[in-house]
Amino acid sequence: MNLTLKIWRQKGPQDKGQMVEYKVTDISEHMSFLEMMDVLNEQLVAKDEVPIAFDHDCREGICGMCSLHINGEPHGPDRGITTCQLHMRTFKDGDTIYIEPWRAKAFPVIKDLIVDRMAFERIQQAGGYISVNTSGNTQDANAIPISKLNADLSMDAAACIGCGACVASCKNSSAMLFVSAKVSQFALLPQGKIEAADRVRNMVKQMDEEGFGNCTNTGACEVECPKGISLENIARMNREYLKASII
Amino acid sequence: MSGFLSSSIARKVAMALSALFLIFFLIIHLAVNLTSLFSEEVFNQASHFMGTNPLIQFAMQPILIFGVVFHFVMGFVLELKNKKSRNVKYVKYNGAASASWMSRNMAISGMAILAFIVLHFIDFWFPEMNHKYIEFLPEDPTRYFAELQHKFTNPLRVGAYVIAFILLALHLLHGFQSAFQSIGFNNKYTKCVKNFGTIYSIVIPLGFIIIALCHYFNH
Repeated sequence: MNLTLKIWRQKGPQDKGQMVEYKVTDISEHMSFLEMMDVLNEQLVAKDEVPIAFDHDCREGICGMCSLHINGEPHGPDRGITTCQLHMRTFKDGDTIYIEPWRAKAFPVIKDLIVDRMAFERIQQAGGYISVNTSGNTQDANAIPISKLNADLSMDAAACIGCGACVASCKNSSAMLFVSAKVSQFALLPQGKIEAADRVRNMVKQMDEEGFGNCTNTGACEVECPKGISLENIARMNREYLKASII
Repeated sequence: MSGFLSSSIARKVAMALSALFLIFFLIIHLAVNLTSLFSEEVFNQASHFMGTNPLIQFAMQPILIFGVVFHFVMGFVLELKNKKSRNVKYVKYNGAASASWMSRNMAISGMAILAFIVLHFIDFWFPEMNHKYIEFLPEDPTRYFAELQHKFTNPLRVGAYVIAFILLALHLLHGFQSAFQSIGFNNKYTKCVKNFGTIYSIVIPLGFIIIALCHYFNH
């Protein structure tokens, strides 16, 4: 298939950046989207042009490294997948595809399609962990009773790979789906309850300081999330936060 | 506590609580207005009670006005903050792919409702305040129905009311269930809340529209 690509090019954080048009030909519908980008980059390198910078790592939907806002949606038009799992068969011959970086004040562009997602790291460092004594006397986690329902809900929340599609899709650039998943995965487990109040207070404080917007419950994040993280987590975080701040 | 009050979650909870209060108020307002369709006398009695009861006039009314102003001011503050959170816009942004028009345009429907409230205050509230507390005109318990009918003789005003209530319905279609989500209510009853919210969002504005149209056509 032959495609027209309109791709955001930006030399560095200070550069203004612009959309640049590229043509690619003979793209196989079996290629992944990132393989199509590789083909384009090989063409650019052959022409002595600077290849397009984009994030990727595992290329199997696990690491959360790939991003890309494709035709107005994070990770493209398919549901429940990351960009690396998006295949060219989703598009038609002759299509024009817009490819942009995540857009949020808290995710500044480093180069081309790569954004700095360290804001998520700082939120995690503010409380997204449990303090476990690893001296060798650690209690076996299986010895602690926990309901099957809570174990499942915690596991569902822990499926978040921190890619940032929630922020990218949200009209307010809100990070609440990400933060609520990280809060929930611990709040639901006995091991996480001890630090639950400090965790939610500190993570929300850091989230606000990073400059993410406010959640208005549009639900776009849930739809675009490659891991299907539920809005229930945001409601849980709101409850946890109110409990930690008022009671 | 100061950190709590300025936090994003406290603000959205405050928006939700003021919204739930206003949602409750709409039921009372509609209930009083509906009596005008069935009995001039009952409508006058209900209006007289609402307009002269000290608890309603000097406690509930200020709380209501505070609730309305708070909801609008906080809504604008959050909207501006949210706009600033994306300093570079997308060239192509397909918002409709993942969220409803209502949820993405609460500010637009909200501003239309604000414009309607200004019109509504000019129509009813300011003359009422002038009547009772500025000119201290003698109270006539039977004046309310005629005042109501007089307002709904102008087709432009009736049209404005109908459009405003359609926008209120759109605002509520997202706002009702959103308020519950914001206060952390998302559980096995959420489906019920959403369904009830949809019915409420259509029935309540429709009630106001029917009242406006009935008075226009029956006058």
